[in-house]
Amino acid sequence: MNDLEYQVVVGLEIHVHLATRTKMFCSCELAYGQAPNSRVCPVCLGMPGVLPIMNRQAVEFAILTAMALNCRVSPYTKWDRKSYYYPDLPKNYQISQYDLPIGQDGFIEIPIEQGRTKRIRIRRAHLEEDAGKNTHTFGDFSAIDLNRAGSPLLEIVTEPDLSSPAEVRALAQELQRIVRYLGVSEADMQKGHMRFEPNINLHVTRNGQVFKTPITEVKNLNSFRSIERSVAYEIERQLDEFIETGKTLQMGNKKTFGWDDESQCTVLQREKEEAHDYRYFPEPDLVPVEVSTEWMESIRSRLCELPLMREKRYIQQYRMSEYDAGVLTADRATAELFESAVQAGGEAKRVCNLLTQSGLKMSNDRGCTMAELGISPDKLARLAKMADNGQISATSAVLIFETMTQSTDEPEQIAAERNLIQKSDAGEIEVLVDQVIADHPQAVADWREGGKKSAKSRGFLMGQVIQKSKGQANPKMVSEILDRKK
Amino acid sequence: MAGTIDEAQVRKVAKLARLELTDEEVKRFSRDLAAILEYIQKLNELNTDGVEPLAHCLPITNVLRDDIVRPSLGAEATLANAPDRYEDYFKVPSIFDDNSGA
Ligand SMILES: [Zn+2]
Repeated sequence: MNDLEYQVVVGLEIHVHLATRTKMFCSCELAYGQAPNSRVCPVCLGMPGVLPIMNRQAVEFAILTAMALNCRVSPYTKWDRKSYYYPDLPKNYQISQYDLPIGQDGFIEIPIEQGRTKRIRIRRAHLEEDAGKNTHTFGDFSAIDLNRAGSPLLEIVTEPDLSSPAEVRALAQELQRIVRYLGVSEADMQKGHMRFEPNINLHVTRNGQVFKTPITEVKNLNSFRSIERSVAYEIERQLDEFIETGKTLQMGNKKTFGWDDESQCTVLQREKEEAHDYRYFPEPDLVPVEVSTEWMESIRSRLCELPLMREKRYIQQYRMSEYDAGVLTADRATAELFESAVQAGGEAKRVCNLLTQSGLKMSNDRGCTMAELGISPDKLARLAKMADNGQISATSAVLIFETMTQSTDEPEQIAAERNLIQKSDAGEIEVLVDQVIADHPQAVADWREGGKKSAKSRGFLMGQVIQKSKGQANPKMVSEILDRKK
Repeated sequence: MAGTIDEAQVRKVAKLARLELTDEEVKRFSRDLAAILEYIQKLNELNTDGVEPLAHCLPITNVLRDDIVRPSLGAEATLANAPDRYEDYFKVPSIFDDNSGA
């Protein structure tokens, strides 16, 4: 029955927690998981007579992100009050930005299938304060913790340019990577550092006519999986609803849904009439922000090459697989470790392998980034060189890599102490080869004869030589010397 | 906007502000608010052609502070005026329609 042609239209609203030390308008510490109401003061409690003061770092983080999202950064912004009637923000309004947001009209490039990218327009990016946390599970009341109230939030709104659940997820993930690169947010999904609200509808074509289904908004999604799934679910639900009722988009029939992770479906939320009448008005307690050209440029100087650009560059410059490039650019410090090691003389492919194989596994085991494993670019480069010129085997390189994450020893030192330096003295190896040839006449005969048994016998002889050297002979040299004796 | 306000408007604004008003109060507030609006109306007599909109009445911008932590109040002082508490939380009537979250 679902043979209608339709186009998916999704815009995304994202709230990103900024990684400042203090709140947006007061000097309370930003802390996750602390004792309830231990990080509040008269300002974030909304006591009468107090005055908010802007956090410079939060303003700069917001401008920096707006720049990275290719926004036009307003040289003049101001603050507004948005009416809000829940006890988790006791002032009864939220300080936000209405008509003069920090950034406007930008875009973000997101990776889509087959290494291609798609440009999604950013409508606006503005700063605001977060609300506290409500808990409803202690009894038939709600318990309020205001530690989070007043935390700086960057709200980013895209144009409805996303056209599949996968694209929505890709945007969310790319944005996470960007804000982490910029160092403006930890973007830890588990801690609720990023919250997503997709606005979804369909443009259905029937009998050559296009019908737009009513827009639904899904609130407060905080995992990549739930964003993707909720959008996929809404597409099905709206299509069914359209087929059944023919209902189309009209003023005021936008609905708000929540996502139920357990049943994996969206649930219509009760909403009071006129709840969207926010009645914004200018915030008299805060003066406007004027961003001079000088200030703007000093913030711009903190921009860095963005992850997707870097990933593409690695693929081109180092002939890396998409997978490897993705792993190395997952976070900025790891990408910088890689590049510094290459600059220090490590061969790119070798450094890449050490990181994407041993490094990735170890960082996953330890729950840290590869850069946090504690290996300096210089040591990594030297290790790569040792493996490249045959001083150590690839297996030993992995072993030394692992040891280096636990000690401050130099790679050469570890290799020596653990007897991992390969013997590359041709004379010494030749003696061993001759002994093995003398000891195993049958295998030698099979090998020299050629035919079915030849390769196997050669492998056996190689193994014997390596064994005689206690694993220290450079296999490449053994192979060369052995072949000379065929 | 005209300098009058009817009772329906007062009820709407009261609802938005989550205020419960008696019929008597609705009558009184529509009179009071009408008087206030009429007074404000006077401003419309000024000619504002060619005057830039003002975001703030003070000629000051960029009052910012450094991102340095200062001590908070602590839960005891914070909750001292709370009408009710549960452990170190503010205790409030159940939030029925939880559309909260900034
Ligand atoms: Zn505070």
